[in-house]
Amino acid sequence: MATVVRISDDALALACGADAVAAAFAAAGCVVERVSSWGMQWLEPLVEIAGKGFGPATPDDVSAILDGSSAKAIGAIDAHPFIAGQQRLTFARAGKTRPLSLEDYAATGGWAGLNRARAMASQAVVDDVLQSGLRGRGGAGFPAGIKWKTVADAPGSRKYIVCNADEGDSGTFADRMVMEGDPFQLIEGMAIAAHAVGAGQGYIYVRSEYPHAIAKLNAAIALSREILAPFRVEVRVGAGAYVCGEETSLLNSLEGKRGEVRAKPPLPAHEGLFGCPTVVNNVLTLAAIPHVLSDGGARLYNSLGVDRSKGTMPVQLAGNILHGGLYEVAFGITLGELVNEIGGGTASGRPVKAVQVGGPLGAYIHPHQFHLSFDYEAFAAADALIGHGGIVVFDDTADMGHLARFAMEFCAVESCGKCTPCRIGSTRGVELLDRIRSGVRTPDPVGALAQMHNAPKAVRTAEQDIVLLEDLCETMKFGSLCALGGFTPYPVLSALRHWPQDFQRETHDGI
Amino acid sequence: MQAEKLTEILARHAGREGPLLPILHDVQAAFGCIDAAAEVSIAKALNISRAEVHGVVSFYHDFQEQADPRPHVQLCRAEACQARGAEALVPAAEAAAGERVRLSSVYCLGLCSAGPAARAGDTVYARLDQAGLVRLVEEA
Repeated sequence: MATVVRISDDALALACGADAVAAAFAAAGCVVERVSSWGMQWLEPLVEIAGKGFGPATPDDVSAILDGSSAKAIGAIDAHPFIAGQQRLTFARAGKTRPLSLEDYAATGGWAGLNRARAMASQAVVDDVLQSGLRGRGGAGFPAGIKWKTVADAPGSRKYIVCNADEGDSGTFADRMVMEGDPFQLIEGMAIAAHAVGAGQGYIYVRSEYPHAIAKLNAAIALSREILAPFRVEVRVGAGAYVCGEETSLLNSLEGKRGEVRAKPPLPAHEGLFGCPTVVNNVLTLAAIPHVLSDGGARLYNSLGVDRSKGTMPVQLAGNILHGGLYEVAFGITLGELVNEIGGGTASGRPVKAVQVGGPLGAYIHPHQFHLSFDYEAFAAADALIGHGGIVVFDDTADMGHLARFAMEFCAVESCGKCTPCRIGSTRGVELLDRIRSGVRTPDPVGALAQMHNAPKAVRTAEQDIVLLEDLCETMKFGSLCALGGFTPYPVLSALRHWPQDFQRETHDGI
Repeated sequence: MQAEKLTEILARHAGREGPLLPILHDVQAAFGCIDAAAEVSIAKALNISRAEVHGVVSFYHDFQEQADPRPHVQLCRAEACQARGAEALVPAAEAAAGERVRLSSVYCLGLCSAGPAARAGDTVYARLDQAGLVRLVEEA
């Protein structure tokens, strides 16, 4: 019997050379199975033989792995502390199944949720989702069941399910891992949503930066077409606009328009895609649905987590972190546990200076706040957000003044241009941060313009520039149409609050 | 030849809901750009104005108005890759690219625990150091 070797074909494993390792095992006479990733990304390409893991493997390690002398052995994978400490619901199949195998999917409980849901009245399906306490995993944390109920109750015979797979936040990759590793689960979640609200058509809007996810989804949809019928799903590919991760901008993009944000109301649940009632949910939200709809799933989901943050969150450990990867755990774990104990601190071995949680629009968090419980309310109370659950770690070489400027610059480049605070405020913010950081004390050319008759004509002091920046951030926060302009102040102001020394000129002279 | 190919693309998407983005992706892939002539044809086929098509083309980073036949390498410069030292690799990558390779920035490839990361075509690369990135650019 040939040895069966399991290696992931997830994009990260491929980027780290998994194909070459797989080819080397095949050349050595092994049967290679390409499976999803366990999520222990520092060990990719991770090789699994009879439950035992070896990684990160290169083609040169093949003979040592096969004769048992490899120094890269990590023992039984499911006993590894990184895996054993998790509570995997959405990622229950991670590392265990072949992503495009209908056989593997059905053998691991696939379609059970859909079959159960289809045997129920649609109202009862919505009730299960309400009972689970599942909140949207895209960032806003809106209760999924209430959104579904709104769409179900909305008049109209044409309704849509739209999956937001425009995972543009740096430090997040859980959507990608679902799409590449367990695409049927996402599609099943969409089919359940369609049954619950009475939708006939679904779209998955995937960013163009994820070619592997697009290919896997297309293949999975083709394979499961008959199971899904009469519900139809189609993949639509984004075109490199970060703002299209915002739901109304995404709907415009799907309609073939510029990805400009729409004013709300009307909510997409009332007037969404092509003006029809539409459920827009994130990949992780929809991928959690098959579990919620399994027998007793809603109750189990509701029993996990803390306060109003129910269930599990696939946390993504990224950036300068020793043990980066996907860690699905019930809400309520502390940020410090995630970064230091599970993540093992920085990859560079230097002290942690800051972590950014929730993507480019998330606050920079200082290690003295590591006692924060990882849930929606605790983060909101600390002027931060968990967003899509990505944690990016920075070591002490990070220049927080530079990162604050980067946040403003990113907003300026990616702003859709619809609302003034975001479109102009972000550019003014970049200019202000440049002034503050360079220490230049010349008159502000904008303030000197004739039409700016209310602006003081004297040169502003550094303190006045900071006050102006805070003022600008407040305008963006409360005046922007969507989270792009509205949340960019979080990274800027948190960096300013915790590391004011990084905004002073002295620290920049040396760089 | 070009007109024929364009007609074929437009026919392929006839009757679809919201067909503009899929059409633009196909045109971009086939011709390397979406030029004024293509915009006119697309507008006519979809019964919208050329201004509407141009507005969409100019909104999205993925669509170019002029073809750039050079090999294309995208280097991720988002926060997670910055935290892993991506910025320090930029000068060497730019020097290696010169005028021959189109080197552009991308904001996140979803390989955030294994940066610095890059993409060339549909192939992705992670854990790049300076030598690895320079080699990737030179071989592009």
